[in-house]
Amino acid sequence: MDASELIVLIYVLVLASYLGFELIFKVPPTLHTPLMSGSNAISGITIVGALIACNELGYSTLSKWLGMIALVLATINVVGGYAVTDRMLKMFKKK
Amino acid sequence: MNTGIQLAYLVASVLFILGIKYLGKTKDARKGNFVSAVGMLIAIVATLVTLDILTLLEIGVCILIGSAIGLYYAYKVPMTKIPEMVALFNGFGGLASFAVALSDYYLKSETNLASLDAVNLTSIILSLLIGGVTFTGSMVAYLKLDGKVSGQPITFKGQHLLNLLLLLAFVAASVLVFLDPTQITYIVILIVISLLLGILTVIPIGGADMPVVISLLNSYSGMAACATGFILNNNVLIVAGSLVGASGIILTQIMCKAMNRSLVNVLLGGFGQTVATGGADGPAVVVKEIGVEETAMLFDSASSVIVVPGYGMAVAQAQHVIRELMEQCEKRNINFRFAIHPVAGRMPGHMNVLLAEANISYDKLIEMDDINEDFSNTDLVFVVGANDVVNPAARTNPESPIYGMPILNADKARTVIVSKRSMGKGYAGVENELFGYPNCLMLFGDAKQTITKVVGELKEMA
Repeated sequence: MDASELIVLIYVLVLASYLGFELIFKVPPTLHTPLMSGSNAISGITIVGALIACNELGYSTLSKWLGMIALVLATINVVGGYAVTDRMLKMFKKK
Repeated sequence: MNTGIQLAYLVASVLFILGIKYLGKTKDARKGNFVSAVGMLIAIVATLVTLDILTLLEIGVCILIGSAIGLYYAYKVPMTKIPEMVALFNGFGGLASFAVALSDYYLKSETNLASLDAVNLTSIILSLLIGGVTFTGSMVAYLKLDGKVSGQPITFKGQHLLNLLLLLAFVAASVLVFLDPTQITYIVILIVISLLLGILTVIPIGGADMPVVISLLNSYSGMAACATGFILNNNVLIVAGSLVGASGIILTQIMCKAMNRSLVNVLLGGFGQTVATGGADGPAVVVKEIGVEETAMLFDSASSVIVVPGYGMAVAQAQHVIRELMEQCEKRNINFRFAIHPVAGRMPGHMNVLLAEANISYDKLIEMDDINEDFSNTDLVFVVGANDVVNPAARTNPESPIYGMPILNADKARTVIVSKRSMGKGYAGVENELFGYPNCLMLFGDAKQTITKVVGELKEMA
């Protein structure tokens, strides 16, 4: 990776972190548990990396097996995370 | 990578951001979670299509297995066990990033050694470290929360020194990896150390400090995804990872502030251990007991009630009978509200979820700063399974280990009833001064059973 590519990635990192801080400060404490399980699901974005790693052909390579393990784990994280967050948020009602 | 997938990743990133924005309002929150999930779906489908791997059977199988496990757990888990589930899933996320980093390392070391440049190696090393610590740390947190391992801090002599030495060894092994990226041995050393560090940094932390630990591990799982994004030169991983990283850091900060402790102090662990012996020498608190009938009468004659829930409510599963209590009170036009301390329970917002599950409207749940003024003109405060968060020693006794911690001013109410299993100390190991106050009455017994009886009495009175 050359320096210009790296700089772009660092830009993205810094700006996204800043935006994250701004937005998350506004989440009310009532929703902190769903925020956590929801952001947990978002951190399952590694699933994209897992898919790329699975792309390796031939089962003899360790790369592919690691990619498949990662894929199962990240899918649990993504699907379970969003599902449980939805289940929780459904319960928050105002009467 | 082609333009199409980059655009898809951009859309996904925007949807993640929008999703979190919607979480800022309780009524939009569910929509926010949906928007974020759509973003994830777009990122996944775009990757599958671009790599042309839709037809690969093993990918379908892995996704099916993962989805089945995830859905099963998500719909089966009881709300009291949410902290355990979050810890467990968090660990999976960390391990996934860890496995992706390792997979990428193997692929490059075997096929394209030149691509293992300084940036790449640094990202791989960071991803292994953060992912590994997230994984084992979350597993220990899960075992502690679930009671499979004692929630007590586990400490031993030279613990911090050992951690420091391990960290130094990690740095040394990293340098060796840089010098010779093909040496698998060094990578194995890095893996072992990072997994060990995760265990060693979480075992000294006590059960009640778990809100801080879970928040921090949540942040780590985001950072691990970020590091993986640097390995793969992938923007959507970096955006999503840094949003999660930021979220975890903010929650960690809020939790530390609510306990008046620094993050370092929490992480060094062992809190409450030295104090427990000191506390036992103090004068014993003389308490006054109250029975179920008198409790019902006090509720009947009150015009305003504030309930202070704590972890004990979750353990006793008392949230549903508390709703019945609320209904009885509201029939009598009693102003009935809940005061929520930020660190009540085992994770941020834990009490809110339990009370929401019991079908209690969220506008009844009032944050500490908004309700603390109201205690002095409240007739009755009912403390259920909370202890340190209502201990006036935090205001009055500079000797107390919890001195300076912001607390709910329950003691200022006309009458305080504390529902408690037995006379035990809070996790900080200190006597609760409140229990000896003249306006404080103890209702001993399992919270669910005693409150059920109180509700029964109230129904008869009506």
